[in-house]
Amino acid sequence: MALRMQEDTRFGLDRKARLLGPVRLDSGAEFAPVDIAYETYGALNADKSNAILICHALTGDQYVASTHPVTGKDGWWTRMVGPGKPIDPARHCIISINVMGSCMGSSGPASIDPITGAAYAMGFPVITIPDMVRAQALLLDHLGIETLEAVVGGSMGGMQALSWAALYPERVKSAVVIASTARHSAQNIAFHEVGRQAIMADPRWNNGAYYGHEAPSSGLAVARMAAHITYLSEAGLTEKFGRRLQNRDAKSFGFDADFQVESYLRYQGLSFVDRFDANSYLYITRAMDYFDLAEPHDGILARAFAGTKTRFCLISFDSDWLYPTAESRRIVHALNAAGAAVSFVELSSPFGHDAFLLEAPEMNRIVDGFLRAGEQ
Amino acid sequence: MSALRPDLAIIAREVRAGARVLDVGCGDGQLMAALRDTKNVDARGLELNAHDVATSVSRGLSVIQGDADTDLAEYPDGSFDYAILSQTLQTTKRPDLVLDHLVRIGREAFVSFPNFAQWRIRFAHMFGGRMPVTKQLPHLWYDTPNIHHVTIDDFRSLLHDRNIEIEGQWFLSGNKPRADRFANLLAQHAVFKLRRK
Repeated sequence: MALRMQEDTRFGLDRKARLLGPVRLDSGAEFAPVDIAYETYGALNADKSNAILICHALTGDQYVASTHPVTGKDGWWTRMVGPGKPIDPARHCIISINVMGSCMGSSGPASIDPITGAAYAMGFPVITIPDMVRAQALLLDHLGIETLEAVVGGSMGGMQALSWAALYPERVKSAVVIASTARHSAQNIAFHEVGRQAIMADPRWNNGAYYGHEAPSSGLAVARMAAHITYLSEAGLTEKFGRRLQNRDAKSFGFDADFQVESYLRYQGLSFVDRFDANSYLYITRAMDYFDLAEPHDGILARAFAGTKTRFCLISFDSDWLYPTAESRRIVHALNAAGAAVSFVELSSPFGHDAFLLEAPEMNRIVDGFLRAGEQ
Repeated sequence: MSALRPDLAIIAREVRAGARVLDVGCGDGQLMAALRDTKNVDARGLELNAHDVATSVSRGLSVIQGDADTDLAEYPDGSFDYAILSQTLQTTKRPDLVLDHLVRIGREAFVSFPNFAQWRIRFAHMFGGRMPVTKQLPHLWYDTPNIHHVTIDDFRSLLHDRNIEIEGQWFLSGNKPRADRFANLLAQHAVFKLRRK
């Protein structure tokens, strides 16, 4: 089987596929053609029961455990995915998909509209998290994978994992949902709106029609800076930067980046624009803001999981104020009411929302044990 | 199952095979794992300590981090065959309310606790004149999770007030079972099987 997989060009690094059918969108539209960029690590076993889908966060991508082609950096979740890690190519067939709407090869606003021959820009349809998941399901059809051993994701990846379990319960045996939520709160939407307005206020944005010209990188950098604050904790920022000055002994009495924290945020903003498309940022943040898994069920979240046989594992972090523990507990409560097998733990970390991407041995221990239990 | 703590061994023995069980204060999941492995029980757990939850989940158990005092209200009536509270009653803020939830959530409930009227503890108090520190209750008064010590007679009185029926009772001295006679004076641990009248 492993040998045949090597010959099967659908599997491997840096793959791309055009989905066979259109994706039916929550907006009512049907969208085609849809290209999906993805990677796989490890081989599918004989009964195709070892596939694990990794879902990425807002600005993540399919390069979960391989070198990023633009930045040259290691994959974004090598602490969780890789040899000897809880999600291990020696044991699992790992699939990592760039979400629809993004900009690393999957169809998004920067893609060429076959009708006009130009980038979609703001002509790209407004999509939702379930829409992203529907496209992923079509890709799994293409790969010949009916059932997933697990869907695993943090942050927006967790929203996708929840949506998978709600939309395709018979295709998901286990779901791991880390530092996530079943709906965007007013505060979540508010921060995203700041980011979108920063992009749209950049004159180079030009109503999204900037392809072939200079991108609205100042606006996108500010959006990233504002968002980045929400990924960290107050205590973490204080510990890392305090009020320390950047490469100087005294305040400049000007508007340079006097403080280390300013310099750090500016760097985060600037390095982000090299690898991300501003319109993708608009579309994906919109999808997150529209996310409310209970909405199609009269606001009763438990109904989204009625009769589910999927096992769930939820993890939150105590210093995460973007998707605080209360949001995970709300999901756990709903899953309990639905009679689902659910585990939940709040872990302690000083690093805020980003904790799930960092070294967290307890998180790895839990995910490892949870997945292995499902493999018995 | 021989490795189980004696009170847990009694509960494990009494639980019906194939039952649905909620273990409140499940610790590292020892009882749940034993019930799953030997009796094919569908066990769910609630545990306050994050490290214990992690250990339980890594054993493949479904355990939620939470607090018996605040989180039991979320569970529907009769959603489990058994609700179990082992060695946890004396650590809760409101043992009476926790007990009410147990017999509401479980069609039957098991409760085990260390007996604070056992003669060694009485002696320590009477002659030492200080808060007893014993092998089973090794904590000093200012740093103990056991904030509501209870005796067997106190517990029975609470059951009476709350209209809860005793379906079974077991007493332990050390690791050995002992007779019901003078249990309040002689038993170190008690295990009760309960049901709402």
